[in-house]
Amino acid sequence: MSNVTIPVGPQHPALKEPASFKITINGERIERADVRLGYNHRGVEKACEERNYIQDIYLIERVCGICSHSHSTAFVLAVEEIAAIEVPKRAFYIRTIIAELERIHSHLLWLGVAGHEIGFDTLLMYSWRDREIVMDILNMLTGNRVNYGINTIGGVRRDITPKQAQEILCGIDKLEERTRYYIELATEEVTLINRLSGVGFLSHEDALHLGAIGPTGRGSAVDRDIRRDDPYLSYPELQFKIVTDDHCDVYGRTLVRVGELMESYGMIRQLLQNIPEGPISVKAPRKIPAGRAFSRYEAPRGEDVHYIQANGTDMPERVKLRAPTLANVQSVARMLENSYLADVPIVVASIDPCFSCTDRMISLRTDGPGEKLMSWPELHAFSLDWNRKNRGIDFTNLNKRLIEKKV
Amino acid sequence: MRIYDRVMTWARLKSPWIIHFNAGACNACDIEIVAALTPRFDIERFGILLKGTPRHADVLICCGSVTRQIKDRLVRIYEQMPDPKFVVAVGSCACSGGVFKGCYNVEEGIDAVIPVSAYIPGCPASPEAIIDGVVKLLSSLEEKESGRPEISEPLFTEETYERKVIASGIGK
Repeated sequence: MSNVTIPVGPQHPALKEPASFKITINGERIERADVRLGYNHRGVEKACEERNYIQDIYLIERVCGICSHSHSTAFVLAVEEIAAIEVPKRAFYIRTIIAELERIHSHLLWLGVAGHEIGFDTLLMYSWRDREIVMDILNMLTGNRVNYGINTIGGVRRDITPKQAQEILCGIDKLEERTRYYIELATEEVTLINRLSGVGFLSHEDALHLGAIGPTGRGSAVDRDIRRDDPYLSYPELQFKIVTDDHCDVYGRTLVRVGELMESYGMIRQLLQNIPEGPISVKAPRKIPAGRAFSRYEAPRGEDVHYIQANGTDMPERVKLRAPTLANVQSVARMLENSYLADVPIVVASIDPCFSCTDRMISLRTDGPGEKLMSWPELHAFSLDWNRKNRGIDFTNLNKRLIEKKV
Repeated sequence: MRIYDRVMTWARLKSPWIIHFNAGACNACDIEIVAALTPRFDIERFGILLKGTPRHADVLICCGSVTRQIKDRLVRIYEQMPDPKFVVAVGSCACSGGVFKGCYNVEEGIDAVIPVSAYIPGCPASPEAIIDGVVKLLSSLEEKESGRPEISEPLFTEETYERKVIASGIGK
């Protein structure tokens, strides 16, 4: 039988984000899968160089709307390291609480999406209903449901009152009860186990070789977690265990995520019990001294890496970020090999992809030096010019101009 | 007004089908749109149903400042929707470019590429705001009930594409 190539995306009912997969199939079996990224590239790294550090926090937060706190905390930690700012302990505790609440919201979201991809929409509705509890808590603590804006250089912007702490504990109790139900579902429900077992197989060796991180790696028994291996914020003071699983398939990744939910509830209880009194922020200088720093952060999807180079002004010289999906996306091509076409949505969803985090650009020089460093206005003009030349037509404000022409 | 038109308007208002497209957003608006469909907010009680293909949809719910990569796809999806069609821009960056305004790879807002009927601001727009925006769009259609809704001219078919571009002198 001859091979057929099927394009999937960028607009596809199963994938909410624009990414394109070229899948070569032989009958129902997938022979080869190519991933095409870049639909979400906005130029955040370059934009950071044109904004000051305070503005950058809010821009970096909008790299991704699901793990927004991960990005802003990693950025703020790196800046604080360069400027040698002593951040109060209470601020670290508040950041850690928000980080764990974010992990809960992200994993519940994933559980619903995974249920939707396998045609189990009841699970989507259940887990998204429960997710509203944690969204309410985040809304109460930070004033916004998704992009929290709680970080600032030198601390956090809002304190947690004892009354709020009570409400968090109340919400956590409710969620824990619901999560017990999901664990029961994942370990006893036969349809779910049969649908997920053996799908998207990624062996332990492949996971190590392809550099899979976060729950994707831990689902293949890769025992790696930045919270334990390179502790930051308040994690050194917490008791928790790293959840791993040796099923090496989508089922294993589901168990890891559900297990991590239970760990997060425990961590939040410890944090609220031991939170120290004191100020929540210190004054930070507007201009950050020259230097460079590198920070690692365990986002809900895996390790998030930020590199910042400062040059003594109030704007960074270079910001580089590597989101977890970039490390995991290579393993998707391996997982898809030899699986069925109908499994594509759940296999892609199993790494919890976030393409808006991933779409960074790197230019590789193959023919020696020759490219030059561009300033912001130069790059903007170059981009407009390149599009006009290579795409033929300038779509900018096409409608407005047409309407003006008619009038 | 003809009976046919009245029936069509009634049907359109009672059950608008939507399609959701991410044109370079950060996911925040996308998850808030999905949250609007789930039990707490339950947008389906207005007869609104999420569809997978543009050919079934009346309303395009679009978020994100349009990146240059996705622009052609967005126009293509808009073209594939049957008339009459409406576009709702969700979130600050869909309305004006928002925090990404001035980035080298983004158009500034959805209305730079396709016509927009309703703007929902917010970063991200909360599910309540999204429901409010969609309901306001529907009630504005109700007011315009007299006469048929305008049929939009195609933007992207090969012939008109050429003609319009020459007529307006863009692309030189």
